[in-house]
Amino acid sequence: MMSAITSQHDHHVEELESLKVTGFWIFLVTDCLIFGTLFATYAVLVNHIANGPSGKEIFELSGVTWETFILLTSSFTSGLAMLAMHKGNKKQIINWLIVTILLGMSFVGLEVREFAQMVDEGATISTSAFLTAFFTLVGTHGLHVSLGILWMIGLIIQLFQRGLNVKTKRKLTVIGLYWHFLDVVWIFIFTIVYLMGVM
Amino acid sequence: MWEKIKDFSSGFFVTGEPMIYGADVAIVLVSLAIVYVLTRYKKWGWLWREWLTTVDHKKIGIMYIIAALLMLFRGGVDALLMRTQLALPNQHFLDSNHYNEIFTTHGTIMILFMAMPLMFGLFNIAVPLQIGARDVAYPFLNAVSFWMFFFGALLFNLSFVIGGSPNAGWLSYPPLSEIPYSSGPGQNFYVWGINISGIGSTATGINFLVTILKMRAPGMKLMKMPLFTWSVLASCILIIFTFPVFTATLAMLYIDRFLGGHFFTMTGAGNPMMYINLIWMWGHPEVYIVVLPAFGIFSEVVATFSKKKIFGYKSMVFSLILISVISYFTWAHHFFTMGAGADVNTFFAIATMAIAIPTGVKIFNWLFTMYKGRIEFSQPMLWTIGFIVCFVIGGATGVMLSIAPADYQYHNSYFLIAHFHNTLIGGVVFAYLAGLIYWWPKMFGFKLNDRLGKWAFWFWNIGFYVCFLPQYALGFMGMTRRLYTYGWDRGWAPLNFVSTIGAFLMGIGFIFQAVQIIYSIKHGEKDTTGDPWNGRTLEWSIPSPAPHYNFAVVPYAPEQDAWWEMKKKMQDPDYKKEKVELEPIHMPKNTGIPFIMSFFWFIAGFGFTFEWVWMIVVGLIGVAATMFARSFQYDDDYYIPVEEIKETESAMGRVV
Repeated sequence: MMSAITSQHDHHVEELESLKVTGFWIFLVTDCLIFGTLFATYAVLVNHIANGPSGKEIFELSGVTWETFILLTSSFTSGLAMLAMHKGNKKQIINWLIVTILLGMSFVGLEVREFAQMVDEGATISTSAFLTAFFTLVGTHGLHVSLGILWMIGLIIQLFQRGLNVKTKRKLTVIGLYWHFLDVVWIFIFTIVYLMGVM
Repeated sequence: MWEKIKDFSSGFFVTGEPMIYGADVAIVLVSLAIVYVLTRYKKWGWLWREWLTTVDHKKIGIMYIIAALLMLFRGGVDALLMRTQLALPNQHFLDSNHYNEIFTTHGTIMILFMAMPLMFGLFNIAVPLQIGARDVAYPFLNAVSFWMFFFGALLFNLSFVIGGSPNAGWLSYPPLSEIPYSSGPGQNFYVWGINISGIGSTATGINFLVTILKMRAPGMKLMKMPLFTWSVLASCILIIFTFPVFTATLAMLYIDRFLGGHFFTMTGAGNPMMYINLIWMWGHPEVYIVVLPAFGIFSEVVATFSKKKIFGYKSMVFSLILISVISYFTWAHHFFTMGAGADVNTFFAIATMAIAIPTGVKIFNWLFTMYKGRIEFSQPMLWTIGFIVCFVIGGATGVMLSIAPADYQYHNSYFLIAHFHNTLIGGVVFAYLAGLIYWWPKMFGFKLNDRLGKWAFWFWNIGFYVCFLPQYALGFMGMTRRLYTYGWDRGWAPLNFVSTIGAFLMGIGFIFQAVQIIYSIKHGEKDTTGDPWNGRTLEWSIPSPAPHYNFAVVPYAPEQDAWWEMKKKMQDPDYKKEKVELEPIHMPKNTGIPFIMSFFWFIAGFGFTFEWVWMIVVGLIGVAATMFARSFQYDDDYYIPVEEIKETESAMGRVV
């Protein structure tokens, strides 16, 4: 009798957890639209440089290429964490998550350095419409990455406390989705903002 | 020191208007009275356990509705103040700035803090019950949505007595809403009040979309769903695809104001028209977000009170979806005069006209449902018939406005004002009031008084035409919107005076409704059957008010109008009730986190409004901490034992 109840409970919880993954996909749609709005605004304002510099003058492709390389690698390592989850290897998941966090932190660090350099050169958010759009778009992505890092740290603690179960598995799936999504957004930023900016 | 405090408070509090001081006194007195009553009757614990921490969709729905009715009152008072000012030429009842503030708060409150929460209230009350679900997909998130709305609305309304209200119109167009022209905290209140509640709206959109797609009773195919649920589905898709745009756009406006950005400024090569495009990409679908559920309510009401299956179910569904798709492609009709060129204007003009077609299909379907039906002129039905006439006029003038070259004449005139009130009052408000009366017994277990309700209806309905028909004419006579006064020489005085009378008639209608609710709480007819209207859909199959688990046994609903079909089967003499085994019901636990988290958002929002960085930091840390706390909460569900279900059911007169 008891085992029947627990198995039914697991069934209820599993159902609810799978609903949450569905909901997260839809949340990503809304987040995608936020980025879409920022991209559209950037596209409209990209040549509105007023008396400030243009993208060509301030973008440094070498730093950005490193950022891209690091973020893509972190996407790969977060994927490895998912593979470890399917194998049920908690230690491996945590290790890959830590690698992902470190890569994410270096990405954010490089971005902050890039922004600081620009501000040093006098290219601030209030210089021109182009720069306002640039800092907002790229900064919003950076903010997302930073939140993802905090979130992953929380998840690692929960993995230590609770181990792998239906709930922690769902949470890992969701953050995996989030992290890959940020990667996709970055590819667009790299192409539309940086590559097209220096061309 | 004293000087410093005086200096601060003269900028912080709104001063100088006797009406504001009156309001200050009223706010303090009402707050004290609430605190006194709660303490005197020892209700604090009850308030916290039963309401502030609830995740029950029915209670959340009730809280939405209470908040929305309060906001209807406030927005209505704003409207009456405006109409009093305009009743006669050259009045000094309100000065120009005060008038600007009032038309801004009237519009913002009526759409975002009245229509939206009233709609969400009805979503919460009706949708899970209609589809045979025990709750929404994410009950916790549902509570977050409500409290985000609540604290957003609170922040926005504070601007009335603290810091000064926004005064750049309900959509806060730049460059007027930028720092050089609106330097006070008013526009910041606007941005943060709306954005905090807007996050909640987006979450509700996701929540109900998943609820409808994933939590329907067994057997209920999509094409067998009640039409209200279909309309909520269409509305949720629109919310998901437009609210993020709104959130991002207002955030950009705030970046301009707070960080000195140049998105929409006149300097630094900013582009104000970008804002106007973006805001209407949300703003136009927004009117369909609120009107599609209105169509859904009418579909339920018409079928119930004509005792007929709805005419043309499939075309009803198809037209709902078509409207929601086309509504994305009409936004530029709000500014044909921008100068986008003939080709762009033509595209948006044709898209706008095209929307009238599926809308017309719906009107005919309602009429054909009534045709040869046994119509019962109950209150919801009266509102429905009132709506059809009103909305057809609003729709026709809408098509007039959609003709781009002609729009150069009507643009921002009183013709426009009359048009959108025709659709928003005649469509949305009439519908939500109909829905409120229709589902009232399900919420509270008693009906609203009929006599008082019919008085209210006639005052509203007649008052509406008296108020707004003259405004069409005033538009043709050259009166533009947002004028705070005018001279005798214009010849607008008689029509304006009539219009003001109409506004007060609607105000009397509202008073009748308030009296109706208070009267019915004591003397309302009890709903003992759970099915007071001889309804057709599943919400009427359970007792009123619904038990907190909704359905003791999840129903099997393979047919359209599932409850109607069940009732038919039950009348069959050979009908035998199937014996069903009750099972423990899995339910989410109450939690205080949504309330506390939204409260921290409120703190952060207040900090953003006054640009006090320490307060922003405190608020955002609080938000993050409460989110973390939630993430670490694993014990968030429980089971209702079979015994308890049996007791509850038999207390409501149901045999299980």
